[in-house]
Amino acid sequence: MIKDSNPMLPAQFCIQWVRKETHDTFTIELKSTNGTHEFPFSAGQFNMLYVFGVGEAPISISGDPSKPEVLKHTTRSVGTVTKAISKLKKGDVLGVRGPFGSYWPLEDSLGKDIVIVTGGIGLAPLRPALYQLISQREKYGRIVLLYGARMPEDLLYKKELEQWRGRFDVEVKVTVDSAKGNWRGNVGVVTTLIPRAQFDPLQTIAMICGPEVMIRFTIKELQNCGIKTENIFISMERNMKCGIGLCGHCQFGFCFVCKDGPVFRLDRIKAIFGKREI
Amino acid sequence: MKTIEQYIAEHPFFKGIDPSYLKTIMGCSNEVRFDIGQFILREGEEANNFYVIHFGKVALEIFTPIRGPITIQTIGDGDVLGWSWLVPPFHWHYDARVLEPTCAIAMDGRCLRTKCEQNHDLGYELLKRFTHIITQRLEATRLQLLDVYGVHCESNDDKRL
Repeated sequence: MIKDSNPMLPAQFCIQWVRKETHDTFTIELKSTNGTHEFPFSAGQFNMLYVFGVGEAPISISGDPSKPEVLKHTTRSVGTVTKAISKLKKGDVLGVRGPFGSYWPLEDSLGKDIVIVTGGIGLAPLRPALYQLISQREKYGRIVLLYGARMPEDLLYKKELEQWRGRFDVEVKVTVDSAKGNWRGNVGVVTTLIPRAQFDPLQTIAMICGPEVMIRFTIKELQNCGIKTENIFISMERNMKCGIGLCGHCQFGFCFVCKDGPVFRLDRIKAIFGKREI
Repeated sequence: MKTIEQYIAEHPFFKGIDPSYLKTIMGCSNEVRFDIGQFILREGEEANNFYVIHFGKVALEIFTPIRGPITIQTIGDGDVLGWSWLVPPFHWHYDARVLEPTCAIAMDGRCLRTKCEQNHDLGYELLKRFTHIITQRLEATRLQLLDVYGVHCESNDDKRL
């Protein structure tokens, strides 16, 4: 949280740059305009971004937690607010509230194997976790990133994926749901990568982010491999408004996704996850 | 270096299988290698083999007149390629093109079909194992068909992700 600030009051941040990632996704870098030099956050948290005169939207933080002087957000231009953000340029000002929500259990995973399974733009909220894991590489066992996208041109952060894959201590596997003949990588859903990955299921923490249906299939496959429910963490998506568990828009059974999530330990929400009534 | 016998015995597809069946299966197998670009299977041709991939990468493709070859799935180390040898009329439904140098154990489907007819216990054992693979592929295909990352799958609301 911006120090000593009212969580409902947006702070002004200035856009440093906007970068197109794919045909419908983009990343923005923001810096505080009011003298707040740092914006500490934990990997997995999100901010409410406010386009003045348009509205507010919850967007995951996708930057490096060790560089709190800048904020990075990657999002998809799909709704009124995100479409308006995509039209902003360097120097334009946005309102920011946050950071909100729970985070990936990186401190509790020391010494364990880490398996990250993500699809589509779900890589954005996991990028801060990857930055942190790689910067403290010696503290973890195997690190496996399994990433699925719709088509090769929809892959996010291609340069970073190549860098991570180029390391000898991170296993990166990428797949796409469909591809034309010139694609030489994997084709198939992201769950097909799980049995091929190298990890010790009894010593593994799994982190999943992506569309809910993909999460459901991924959980099943991870459990088939022997990972316990209490070692699986998922990032949930619901319609979030206030960010602090007051308005009730993101109620998910007995939880609020904005306050108790978005990162949940699976065994804690097992009774309600996947229930169509909830 | 592992022999074919060792490799087959340790392969997940054959895990726990009765040693006498394994001996029969080995009698119908041989090691094969394929270079990049080579087709292992062609759509419409007779399906008389299946392959247990040792290492490499193979694309399953459907050829379309306008879009050309479309890759529907890639398979690699430890996977099993082909089940049309088991189902009449024993013709391949896809092309399988090699993306990376591939080494596999080729199983003679005709030989195995004959042995399965003679020994229904062996046939049932193999069928159970192939049904497991077919189920996995069907599940993956259904998820693929859902196109979960497509915009049309979501509402037009702003999303955190």
